[in-house]
Amino acid sequence: MSERPNSIEVEGLVREFKKGPRAVDGIDLRVEPGEIYGFLGPNGAGKSTTVLMLTTLLPPTAGTARVGGYDVVRDGPKVRTVIGAALQEAALDPLLTGRDHLRLQSTLQGIARGDRKARSAELLERVGLSEAADRKVGGYSGGMKRRLDLALALVHRPRLLFLDEPTTGLDPQSRTALWEEVARLAREDGVTVFLTTQYLEEADVLANRVGIIDHGRIVAEGTPRALKAQIGRPTVEAEPAEGVDQARVEAALARFGELVGGSHHHNGIAVRLREGVTGLADVVRALDAEGLAVENLTLHAPSLDDVFLAKTGRSLEGAGDDGGGTEP
Amino acid sequence: MRLVASQVGALALRSVTRTARQPASAIPPILFPVSLMLVNAAGLDASTRLPGFPTDSFLAFALAVPFIQGALFSTMNAGTDLARDIQNGFLNRLALTSMRGSALLAGQLGGIVVLGLVQAVVYLVVGLAAGVDFASGPLGVLVLLAFAALVSIGFGALGCFLALRTGSGEAIQGLFPFLFVFLFLSSMNAPRDLIGVDWFRFVATINPVSYLIECVRSLIIVGWDVQAIALGFGFAGAIGLVSLALAAGALKERLART
Amino acid sequence: MRIWDVASGVAFRTLKNVATTPAILIPSIMFPLFFFTAFAGGLSQVSRVPGFDYEPGYTTFQFCFVLIQSAAFGGVFTGFGIARDFESGFARRLLLASPNRTGIVLGYALAAAVRWVFTAIVLTVVALAVGMNVFGGPLDVFGMYALALLINLAGILWASGVAMRFRTMQAGPVMQMPVFLILFVAPVYVPLPLLTGWIEGVATLNPLTYVLEAGRSMLAGDEVHVAWAFSIALGLVGGFALWSLRGLRRAEAAG
Repeated sequence: MSERPNSIEVEGLVREFKKGPRAVDGIDLRVEPGEIYGFLGPNGAGKSTTVLMLTTLLPPTAGTARVGGYDVVRDGPKVRTVIGAALQEAALDPLLTGRDHLRLQSTLQGIARGDRKARSAELLERVGLSEAADRKVGGYSGGMKRRLDLALALVHRPRLLFLDEPTTGLDPQSRTALWEEVARLAREDGVTVFLTTQYLEEADVLANRVGIIDHGRIVAEGTPRALKAQIGRPTVEAEPAEGVDQARVEAALARFGELVGGSHHHNGIAVRLREGVTGLADVVRALDAEGLAVENLTLHAPSLDDVFLAKTGRSLEGAGDDGGGTEP
Repeated sequence: MRLVASQVGALALRSVTRTARQPASAIPPILFPVSLMLVNAAGLDASTRLPGFPTDSFLAFALAVPFIQGALFSTMNAGTDLARDIQNGFLNRLALTSMRGSALLAGQLGGIVVLGLVQAVVYLVVGLAAGVDFASGPLGVLVLLAFAALVSIGFGALGCFLALRTGSGEAIQGLFPFLFVFLFLSSMNAPRDLIGVDWFRFVATINPVSYLIECVRSLIIVGWDVQAIALGFGFAGAIGLVSLALAAGALKERLART
Repeated sequence: MRIWDVASGVAFRTLKNVATTPAILIPSIMFPLFFFTAFAGGLSQVSRVPGFDYEPGYTTFQFCFVLIQSAAFGGVFTGFGIARDFESGFARRLLLASPNRTGIVLGYALAAAVRWVFTAIVLTVVALAVGMNVFGGPLDVFGMYALALLINLAGILWASGVAMRFRTMQAGPVMQMPVFLILFVAPVYVPLPLLTGWIEGVATLNPLTYVLEAGRSMLAGDEVHVAWAFSIALGLVGGFALWSLRGLRRAEAAG
């Protein structure tokens, strides 16, 4: 077993392109062994460029990065022996079958001839592609291609795994299945996962810690809960039932925090809870005690989009492609 | 060393498998040169009556052309396949392994050589079936197959260079007509000394493709013309070396990995 | 005259695409020049074969073939564009927007003809510059170009019918190979009487042989088979027009 840590350490990483702005503009980050680190940002923020540098496919312009204990510039070949990567494109050959791909990958990764077949079968089973293994990849669905992509990244039992927007374009079922596999890899096999995504939910659900990148810089970093807590407290919105006095509902809610303007429903009344989410039960009891019926009662917790908005002045959803990007 | 050999083998196998699974693009490079040869041989048979024409069978004269024309198609196929790998990110997947750049090139070319040899055998069988007499005999056939392999390497490496440089299959398809110029402005349809137009004869004389065709032709209709064979192998070797050097340089730039 | 509105719109757009895309424009001009150079230059000694008695000379002999070849392939190349339009979905937009869909086919045909006229001018200028002899009168020369234009029309109608049936660029070889074969089993390098063996029989049956011979005879000022050649050319145009319009109906039905 290697004595090198399964960590990622990045200091002042920069990538400039000849005819464009800095795609990555000096980022520092550290990913602990066994952690799932979510790298969240809009299109063109610099996520994929960062991944390309950390996986040795693109030399940095400045700064340093150590992956699995090896320097990405000086020890490129060694880095590649300890990492697996599923990049933004599934990058599969439509004329080869799933099994052909695994055979090729195993050979290129130096897996002993006697072990290749068993390893391929194991991975196909693990990603649920055993039955489709001998069909050409050109006939696979998007979800199947992504699963095969993941299997190929795991052929040589890497200690670190890079996933670049792995669930883009997948249906909810396939996405959930992929999340489960990634979580299992980190939990049971101790694999360190560096995951880029533009989906809030993905970062929220999967990542132990999240780094939010915009225009090539990390604008926020922390656990999803801590980041959201920085931004603010949850709001609860009540939509009075027909015939109920709006003013009385307002007065009842105002006891638990400050009323906020703007709501999701046309006659909804929203209050930012002073006590946080624990105040919700008191709100319900108060409304009930005063006999105030409501049609809808909704809790809005701060999201990572709120975090992004607070840090950049823009919403994450709908942002993007107005700055740095991947290699032209 | 063993790892490199198995990497080369795996990539060569992939190259052959892909071709076998695309009959629509595998068959025309074989059928088209044969069709053109048969049509040209019939249409130009009257040329054999010209004084000084080296054979009385235009088919025997023309049989050399498909070997080189097929190699041109190999250039396009090799280039297009590699360009597709670049465009869809498959090259990045390969780059993430411990695969050496030289193994990638060797694997691509290994596949091309196998296909080139298959093409060569088909052309030989067609020629023999049509009654062409192979003047250099069985040994000459082996020499011809070795030559076909060498030419495949040279043109295949050229295709790889174009792919690595442009990263675009469309660009390679666009370059195809220019490669064909080399074939047509050669001694493809007439011996150089019988070409009537001076400038055309000059261009055919300085065109390396003429010597590739004449090497094959000499094995078929003359037997053992040492000069023609030496020139053919010499030019094929030179094309191979230049193309490989260009491809290796372009690969280094394209992979750009640390 | 809605059909002309549609046709002119489609023709203009197709021609603009060609004119602004060097990768499409250059090969369609270079290939005919290239064949002309290779055949007229590289095979000129064929005119010394006993029995070869075409008075204007081998350059003129090959010019006629290359002109007709460029006309036929000019139609096929435009057919590639139609296939590309179907593959990209643009053709569906055309079908939706056009009040008269026959105008779409007419538009593509017009574009192919204009495109070919440009190629024919370049080819003619080059041929004359290298000393091509023309012994026919103005009416003969006009007749030869008219014949070639009809072949161009037949080519685009054939290719468009294929494109509209397959609706993919993968149909390229289906468009191209039959045209290539029918051209090359005609008397390409020597006159018909000098062909022997299987190709003599095939060339005798090949309708394009008479088109080619008529064209060559008009350039030589010694017309043969002219009425027959025009009948064949018009017949090809008529037949492929039906083929193309049926293809259009199939494309419409496919949605």
